[in-house]
Amino acid sequence: MEKKTLFDKVWDSHVVSEVPNGPQVLYIDKHLIHEVTSPQAFAELEERNIPVFRPNQIVATADHNVPTINQHLPIEDELSKNQLEQLTKNCAKNNIELYDLGHEYQGIVHVIAPELGITLPGMTMVCGDSHTSTHGAFGTIAFGIGTSQVAQVFASQCLLLNKPKSLRVNVEGKLGKGVTPKDVILYIISKIGTNSGTGYFCEYAGNVFQEMSMEGRMTVCNMSIEMGARGGMIAPDEVTFDYVKGKKFAPKGAVLEEKIAYWKTLPTDEGAVFDKEYHFKAEDIAPMITYGTNPGMGIKISENIPNLEDVSFQKALDYMGFKKGQSLIDKPINYVFIGSCTNSRIEDFRVVADYIQGKQKAKNVIALIVPGSQQVAKQIKEEGLTTIFETAGFEIRQPGCSACLAMNDDKIPAGEYCVSTSNRNFEGRQGQGSKTLLSSPLVAAAIAVEGKIIDITKHLN
Amino acid sequence: MEKFIKLKSTAVPLPVENIDTDQIIPARFLKVTNKIGFGNNLFRDWRYDDKDQPITSFVLNNTSFSGTILVAGDNFGCGSSREHAAWALTDYGFKVIVSSYFADIFKGNALNNGLLPIQVSPEFLKNILNRIKENPLIQLIIDLEAQTISVEKIELIESFEIDAYKKLCMINGYDDIDFLISNKEKIETFEANRNKEEAIVS
Repeated sequence: MEKKTLFDKVWDSHVVSEVPNGPQVLYIDKHLIHEVTSPQAFAELEERNIPVFRPNQIVATADHNVPTINQHLPIEDELSKNQLEQLTKNCAKNNIELYDLGHEYQGIVHVIAPELGITLPGMTMVCGDSHTSTHGAFGTIAFGIGTSQVAQVFASQCLLLNKPKSLRVNVEGKLGKGVTPKDVILYIISKIGTNSGTGYFCEYAGNVFQEMSMEGRMTVCNMSIEMGARGGMIAPDEVTFDYVKGKKFAPKGAVLEEKIAYWKTLPTDEGAVFDKEYHFKAEDIAPMITYGTNPGMGIKISENIPNLEDVSFQKALDYMGFKKGQSLIDKPINYVFIGSCTNSRIEDFRVVADYIQGKQKAKNVIALIVPGSQQVAKQIKEEGLTTIFETAGFEIRQPGCSACLAMNDDKIPAGEYCVSTSNRNFEGRQGQGSKTLLSSPLVAAAIAVEGKIIDITKHLN
Repeated sequence: MEKFIKLKSTAVPLPVENIDTDQIIPARFLKVTNKIGFGNNLFRDWRYDDKDQPITSFVLNNTSFSGTILVAGDNFGCGSSREHAAWALTDYGFKVIVSSYFADIFKGNALNNGLLPIQVSPEFLKNILNRIKENPLIQLIIDLEAQTISVEKIELIESFEIDAYKKLCMINGYDDIDFLISNKEKIETFEANRNKEEAIVS
């Protein structure tokens, strides 16, 4: 029998038909939408007089440009307000479920779908956002699409696609002290580069991922796009099933058992062949930080910036104000952002709270805590983390994408450095002229306390 | 969508690697609900300083270079899925982007908007960048039917790959929505069959 990968199994079961010598028609189970990449797609449908084909398979939320303070008040930014109003109108008109500001399920699209049990193994999911790859943590084919494709899914619940090639990244061994899922993915991208995954769908395999929590797996899959891959996946297992169990919209009882029996057939067959494969040792990974202007420009915090002769590399260092061969240790940092679809889940905040308990943030630092969803915000409160954050001088905000891409007021001023748990350190990503260094929540917490970059491994017991 | 068959134009060189869609169109310009006017903010933060004055060293502010072809460095269009990047490039007037590598989502977005991404070898890219720098008036010729890119009056030609279906769409000005809707019966049959196999319905 033909040996199939996890990706093959999920993809092949969703192919509706094939264009001779062309792309395949892929059926999409769940379509997530938000205010920024949907309005032009709704307009397109309306212009062409095409109805939304399967409104029940679409879930909408407001996340990219919502304010993170006073969410009960009208939004001050006229353009943001208009975009959110447009989403509300479009959803109402087309019978689409919307978790708008004020709704108990509102939050970052890639945080809410898993926590509500909307994301399930074996599905195909899309969203007009490149970090849709997050949902791959469930053994789901999930990927970001452009607005024209949002319109296509509205119209037909399908997309025309060529099947991507397969890539497997294996990490085996035991992770060291202070090494978290974020460090694992930053390490992988620093080793293989930002375009090594282009044209591929990635599967993460090995004991390191099997031993990771679902939230850790989401952090890893979230950044698959940063190595160019359309998505990343991890085979569903007991960890996945336990996570799904009891979630609001997840199947229950006998239906769930039946599904679990199916989900157990999804992992890659032994002997299945991948188009490309990488192997890494967990022992080689350490707490990471980026120094440049793409997520591949990362180093172990204890390492120095490499010495490369390359125009683009030099351009990135010039933007960041760093030099070749320089160490980042002791570099003063005034802003710390803990949030975004990469790291704004409860486990991330538990790690931060655990580290800063009994400590104070440095005077020079503004440290923002932005939960990924209303439900995470509630958990923070219920678990007593609020007091820890506030006592340490961290500012807790309301859920949204916030300073990850600075579409709302949460902008890092020009020239300032920000250690961020988000996924992109592009030029001006967090505000015009801002300089982003990506790290794990643990590293970000430690830097907030010290007010400068430190080697976290020396601060752990 | 406009039909694309052949194009002859001068080109704008932008030999920067890993140009992400945040640079093509920064997030703060994505707050609108239409597709118009993005060209004004194309490469905004490379093109204008913080006082909104043109940065003279940036190629779009250099009047020597013009045309409907942008020749960029490796791995063009990585990062965010925002289609606004493709809209900004087309709104500015570009019809073709040449690079030695394109990010997947950007490539799809470009093709869906009649903007042709042409992937060439790193050597060819270097070669044409040099030619354009030497002579900004030199014209590039794109023949989509023959799938070739060449330089006017010079023996410099390379073939490029394009998905046969996407080529057909570009040449005829079709888009995917029409095709998908024409498949509705198949889609409904697919849904009905899956519903029978209870266990695999997601």
